[in-house]
Amino acid sequence: MKILVVDDETDVQALFEQRFRKEIRSGEMQFVFAFSGEDALTYLEAHEHEAVLILSDINMPGMSGLQLLEHIKQKYHKPPPIVMMITAYGDEENYNMAKQLGADDFLTKPVDFNHLKEKLKTSV
Amino acid sequence: MVLQSVLALILLNHLRKIARASALPASWRQLLMLGTCTAIALIAIYYAVPGSKPLVALLTLALQAALHYVVFTKKQFSQAKPLTYAFLPVVVVNLLHNLVKFIGSDFFEGWNVYFGAAELFALIWMVAMLIFNNKQAKKQEKERLKNEEKERALKITEQLKAELEVQVQERTAQITQQKEALEHTLNELKSTQAQLIQSEKMASLGELTAGIAHEIQNPLNFVNNFSEVSEELIKELVEEMEKGNAIDVKAIAADLVQNLQKINHHGKRADAIVKGMLQHSRSSTGVKEPADVNALADEYLRLAYHGLRAKDKSFNAGMKTNFDTTIGNINIVPQDIGRVILNLITNAFYAVTEKKKTAQAGSYEPVVTVTTKKINKQVQIIVSDNGNGIPQKMIDKIFQPFFTTKPTGQGTGLGLSMSYDIVTKAHAGQLTVTTVENEGASFTITLPA
Repeated sequence: MKILVVDDETDVQALFEQRFRKEIRSGEMQFVFAFSGEDALTYLEAHEHEAVLILSDINMPGMSGLQLLEHIKQKYHKPPPIVMMITAYGDEENYNMAKQLGADDFLTKPVDFNHLKEKLKTSV
Repeated sequence: MVLQSVLALILLNHLRKIARASALPASWRQLLMLGTCTAIALIAIYYAVPGSKPLVALLTLALQAALHYVVFTKKQFSQAKPLTYAFLPVVVVNLLHNLVKFIGSDFFEGWNVYFGAAELFALIWMVAMLIFNNKQAKKQEKERLKNEEKERALKITEQLKAELEVQVQERTAQITQQKEALEHTLNELKSTQAQLIQSEKMASLGELTAGIAHEIQNPLNFVNNFSEVSEELIKELVEEMEKGNAIDVKAIAADLVQNLQKINHHGKRADAIVKGMLQHSRSSTGVKEPADVNALADEYLRLAYHGLRAKDKSFNAGMKTNFDTTIGNINIVPQDIGRVILNLITNAFYAVTEKKKTAQAGSYEPVVTVTTKKINKQVQIIVSDNGNGIPQKMIDKIFQPFFTTKPTGQGTGLGLSMSYDIVTKAHAGQLTVTTVENEGASFTITLPA
């Protein structure tokens, strides 16, 4: 299972790689990283249908997570990847907007990695 | 002889008048009274006692002599001189006449006609003199009245002058009072201004709080996550050691080192943000110190961005930085210049947000760019946006205190004026603006390097 993580904080890569070290080592999960919405779209265009799940931060400079979500859900119809939104601002407006645009799940920071692990395993 | 006494009486009367008018000592008046009594007594004796003529004549002569002596030697009675001039010929002629009559009647008989003529002339002289004196007196009286008139006018003038003086003093007091009131108001205004500046600082801090919270939350999440992961790693490390798997032990140890570095890095990041916040809220020390303008601009760009993001969920804008890394440290008051940068960035974000509200969806990409440059001995910090720009008619006003385009209650109108003062007065720099309507604005801080 290939998961695309989108966040403007580059240290999320080291964090995810360690949090999911067992899953990565066993080949259960595979992670790729993009550090902006634009990067994520470029990756998705180059590697269509590879990523089945996208974890995106909402609050990023430039293209926001919500804009990225809109693009993904409009462009990749069959089968659309699962998109989970992550934000530091767990407010209703963001939540409603994400749901409206077709987000499959909505997480607030700080992320509970055990909880996330469960979600990832059950959603795929 | 009676004539002599009568003349003496007139003269004495005149002298007494003078004595009264010029308030001479009482001894003078008594003396003059004595003279008057003597003259009256002499007339009385002349008629009452037969054969007293020679003695009365002698005494009258003595009285006349005494009177003339007084008039001509005492300054106090110099006013009586004209009268004596009128009487003198009569007195002298009369005296001579009597003297001659007294000495030898033969001689007298021969000269009688002449004496009669002389007495007539003397009398005419006396009358003429009296008329002349009278005229003189009238003339003097006129002059005296004229002088009095003048004095009265002078008095009126002086009174007016005094009144004017009082008025001037009153007005001066009023003006002084007004001046004091104005000074008081000025001081109040100054302290209000200081309070406003402080509240402007606090307002911008308020705008920052959400951004600061976000900015601290992120590194704290990393610190927590990396420390939790490290705990797991150490358990694994122990397991691998027990298995004797040296390669994996080394790999885990390397990860642990990396995690500790990350923890440290994010801890410092949070620390810097808190320090920056404290520095922002503290009143300026005004002390210049070497500071990195790139770091300062980057920090405030992020804080402003997240602050606005927290306030307005729909807010989003591209941030571009274009830093000249050769600048190094320059001497500035960091919190003050930080405040200026923050103000310019906040304004830029506001401008792009305003434009986005009216722009067609998808047709506008808001971007705020912060550029630093070193040109010769100057450093420039340029904050540009692609908002609506500033209308030409407002350009002159934007640096004025209390000028704001924001709705009431949303802007103090002090941001740019404070920024202008900080850059131009405290740092001897320049704060300039270039703008193209509907295309954006660009503010440039120029500081001596």
